[in-house]
Amino acid sequence: MIGWFHRRGWSDIIIALPYLWLVVLFLIPFAIVVGISLSTRTVTAPPIGFGGDNPWVSLSSYARLFQDDLYLRAFFTSITNAFVAMILCLAIGYPMALGLTRVSRNWRNILLMLVILPFWTSFLLRVYAWMGLMSKNSWFNEMLRDSWNFLVPVNWAVTFVPMMYSNFAVVLVMVYTYLPFMILPLFASLERLDPVLDEAAFDLGSRPWQVFVDITLPQSIPGIIAGGLLVFIPAAGELVIPSLVGDTRAPMIGRVISDTFSSARDWPMAAAVAVVLLLLMVVPMMVYSHYQAKGGAR
Amino acid sequence: MNRRPMFLVCVLVFGFAFFYIPILSMMVYSFNASRLATVWGGFSVKWYISLFSNEQIVAAFWLSLKIAFISATFATILGTMAAIALVRFPKFRGRTLFSGLVNAPLIMPEVITGISALIFFILLAKLVGWPAQRGFATITLAHITFSMVFVTTIVQSRLQQSDRAIEEAAMDLGAKPWQVLWDITLPVISPAILSGWLLAFTISLDDVVITSFTTGPGNTTLPLLIWSKVKLGVTPDVNALATITVLVVGLGVIVAGIVMGRADRRRELDAQMAYRDNK
Repeated sequence: MIGWFHRRGWSDIIIALPYLWLVVLFLIPFAIVVGISLSTRTVTAPPIGFGGDNPWVSLSSYARLFQDDLYLRAFFTSITNAFVAMILCLAIGYPMALGLTRVSRNWRNILLMLVILPFWTSFLLRVYAWMGLMSKNSWFNEMLRDSWNFLVPVNWAVTFVPMMYSNFAVVLVMVYTYLPFMILPLFASLERLDPVLDEAAFDLGSRPWQVFVDITLPQSIPGIIAGGLLVFIPAAGELVIPSLVGDTRAPMIGRVISDTFSSARDWPMAAAVAVVLLLLMVVPMMVYSHYQAKGGAR
Repeated sequence: MNRRPMFLVCVLVFGFAFFYIPILSMMVYSFNASRLATVWGGFSVKWYISLFSNEQIVAAFWLSLKIAFISATFATILGTMAAIALVRFPKFRGRTLFSGLVNAPLIMPEVITGISALIFFILLAKLVGWPAQRGFATITLAHITFSMVFVTTIVQSRLQQSDRAIEEAAMDLGAKPWQVLWDITLPVISPAILSGWLLAFTISLDDVVITSFTTGPGNTTLPLLIWSKVKLGVTPDVNALATITVLVVGLGVIVAGIVMGRADRRRELDAQMAYRDNK
């Protein structure tokens, strides 16, 4: 069947324009980064050297990545923070998504809108909201301090709860900002489940938690994986949150890339770290598409 | 519905408290008279007055709007073309690379996208002399590139759901290709194009990281300005700005929700009537 878009001139333009755009402004810039990761740092402008006195291909940046524990530690911090944030999002988001499927239709629409609403407001301002809550003299901090001081012996009493500038703050704010990314795919997969299966299991004498473990949970695994990736991937490369509320002594990898590039002006090193980070992101993506392909074949 | 709703209701209440208490707290403190942003010192609207009389903030706001409007429009055109290419052309040379290029920016950390764009512009300036200075043009180009793939994702799923048979019927009845595009394909995917544009607009309006790498002297967008203020700590006028943002966005989402809810109900009613009439 021939459609309007199969006319020669049309189809060429429709394919070529976005294709060229992405090649020039996305693929080529990234290829340059990969190239720079193999170059040598120089004092020229731009601070990279190829050929001449420098080797054409140098793996020294990659070698340093595995020797200098600044980089390995930053990778480790990023991955653990992102992983903990993902698990917490799942722990809060799963029952919330399940709850959303169990309320009346009108409530469901209102609540879904309330889940999406923060997403349309500024990301930066949502991070900022927690900076206010976590800081030393805020009502939230005082409330936590008072309840802590009430519960523990007198000599453990604190004047404020140290929350800002720590991995705790980073994880908390990441959970806050990424929770909608977990709830929405989970809700989409839980909403499709057939309640008849639940009822059948109940009629056959299953206890509620058994129904959950045997029926609901296995069917929602695609939603869990999608939500997990949507939280983990942006969280691992996050720059804004660790810069604002993170511990400067244990930086996350996004911050290390940015500092190595801008402050230290070590382009080859920043490029090498970026390439390795991207490779790390590709692994969960491949697991995901492998899983999807398997699900599609079934 | 006796499947332990109590626990789920508790989690929902807790979850929405978690979502909204920080925002509400920020809104309350925007009316704080005290300069110390976290200590209550009485009611005042002075931060709103200082916000609107701050020329730097007003200028940054207009710059952000301009960039977001232009980049969302171009991103929507390019993104829609890419979606049509991917859904309607099962085979063309380099299709695998193309679909990879459409998906890659979605998982690329923003730091890397930002740095590669910056390096690209620096080297380009060395090679051909353009862009001599980074600013409006380079920010817009970078925004178009990373928001167009979000438009593609949205339009793509809509196109996949839409019925090819209508387009084919129109062609059989002798419609010209551009007529099919204008009268059938575009109206069918127009809701997706609209939400794609809105998403691209929001992404651009909100972006800090990529903008910070592609900007130049004198081109401070609103998020960059907030970023530089917030890095120094909590300031009361940012509370006021946040309150206005939340109220405007909230109102917009509520109005959109009501309008779409009405359209949904009408469509359902129409479907029921049609069903009854046919019986």
